[in-house]
Amino acid sequence: MTAKIRYEDVEPGTELPAASFPVTRATLVQYAGASGDFNPIHWNERFAKEVGLPDVIAHGMFTMAEAVRVVTDWVGDPGAVSEYGVRFTKPVIVPNDDTGALIEVTAKVAAKLDDEARTVRVDITAMSAGQKVLGMSRAVVRLA
Amino acid sequence: MALDQSFVGRTYPPTAPYEVGREKIREFAVAVGDDNPAYTDPEAAKALGHTDVIAPPTFVFAITFSAAGQVIQDPQLGLDYSRVVHGDQKFAYSRPVRAGDRLTVTSTIEAIKSLAGNDILDIRGEVHDEAGEHVVTAWTKLVSRAAEGA
Repeated sequence: MTAKIRYEDVEPGTELPAASFPVTRATLVQYAGASGDFNPIHWNERFAKEVGLPDVIAHGMFTMAEAVRVVTDWVGDPGAVSEYGVRFTKPVIVPNDDTGALIEVTAKVAAKLDDEARTVRVDITAMSAGQKVLGMSRAVVRLA
Repeated sequence: MALDQSFVGRTYPPTAPYEVGREKIREFAVAVGDDNPAYTDPEAAKALGHTDVIAPPTFVFAITFSAAGQVIQDPQLGLDYSRVVHGDQKFAYSRPVRAGDRLTVTSTIEAIKSLAGNDILDIRGEVHDEAGEHVVTAWTKLVSRAAEGA
């Protein structure tokens, strides 16, 4: 395990580089195939509306996968993530156009957990269309 | 109708092994737009101290959620899956999932709650490799929304 961020170099409040991740209908079709989650609310507008959604929504697990990229890009080694959890608070609504939606992710070091294990807790904020789409989004990461 | 509390603590038999393939990891990494070489280049993964390419942190969900199907589709439990939404998801990793892993999942119903007519089901999936070593634990919270007029 080789993280590129040193434990000594971060303090609570240290901000990670933010990132934005576009998501279109095509992205969702591709993710459905890769993940095996073919629930029609993620690709069929008619079905999504029938079950009371405003439009097709992104897979919660897709949003979760994008949000943690801010952490794995920062630390370098994705294997350094030892815990990761989220609450799905609002759906990411994906309109049927070429632009789709944008998932905007920021994160900061919330606490240094263990000097010996060199672990920190990172709190992640994921927004789309001005709404917070994940709650309690936290990762524990081992630093170098 | 509220789910039967007596199912709390029930553990289902381990699933048949799922073999993690390099190309499946690559497909997943491409689908989430992540070009971290640890997912596709064995040499890059080895430079980080791994024995082969590793999977993105949320990759294992496909395996644990498929395993949770034993619980979700248990006719005795009687969950109305057409009304289910994913509430929370959490993972705790002993090590990253990597290509060549043969993973089995043991699912346990950790909690059942009824809140404002919604059934809330917490499923824990313990993922082990072929040697019996723990790889990751996945906690999945499912919320079955109350039927209209119920």
